[in-house]
Amino acid sequence: MAEQTALTESTFYILLALYKPMHGYGIMQQVLELSKGRIRMAPGTLYGALNTMCEKGWIIQLPVEDGSRKKDYKLTEKGKQILLGEIGRLKELVKNADLVIGEINND
Amino acid sequence: MTERRTEYKWFWAWDFEIEEKWLNEMAMQGWALVEVGYAKFTFERTEPGEYTIRLEMHDKDLSYEELLEDDNIEVLGQVLKWKYMRKKSEYGSFDVFSDIDSRINHMNKICTLIKIIIFLNLLSGLTNAHTMGWINLLLVALLAYGLGKLEGKKELLTRERELHE
Repeated sequence: MAEQTALTESTFYILLALYKPMHGYGIMQQVLELSKGRIRMAPGTLYGALNTMCEKGWIIQLPVEDGSRKKDYKLTEKGKQILLGEIGRLKELVKNADLVIGEINND
Repeated sequence: MTERRTEYKWFWAWDFEIEEKWLNEMAMQGWALVEVGYAKFTFERTEPGEYTIRLEMHDKDLSYEELLEDDNIEVLGQVLKWKYMRKKSEYGSFDVFSDIDSRINHMNKICTLIKIIIFLNLLSGLTNAHTMGWINLLLVALLAYGLGKLEGKKELLTRERELHE
């Protein structure tokens, strides 16, 4: 599958949350906060997505630090490009909607 | 000690949503699942609706279980490939999947496993055609029925996915 197609909302938010390295549960909390409580990412969805993104090389697992049992995930350069590409695509969507409807609120 | 009761009930893998519904009805009545075995369910007395129960086909996996633990989800047990989990309602709603794609993936995993079992039974049934092979073939028919049910549900999800996530 081409990597230029639209990301799902879950994928997008996970990549966005990982702009700063963090562990799985941290991602859930970060996404909940960013979406102002709208997106409560479920564990099965998050875990599956993390594994797939690791396989694709969009993110990597950092070695476990002493005293902590949790693995942090980090965005790779490739993941960062994917995220930025998607942000560009989303901006284009909003811009085009604005063009057609002309009264979209860009606050 | 908390009052307990045990029920014996059999559910096919393709009926996992019905199983989950039953377990949540029990939880609403103040009987929360606490232990699972083969067709064996042990419940403990709790406040009605104190827990939400969920099922997922997922192999034993330590780092997944750590994530569940962080999210206040208790893993009650594992029966073959099925994980039984519960979460206190006070910690918020509990779903294993929060988008259609991951629900479809989960269905796919179940379908793949059923297909493998069908294939193995077909092989065994056809090579033992003169002895007990008919049992395998009977099982194949049943599994194919279940597979059809799951594929139907998957199709509905897939169609929904064409319009939104």
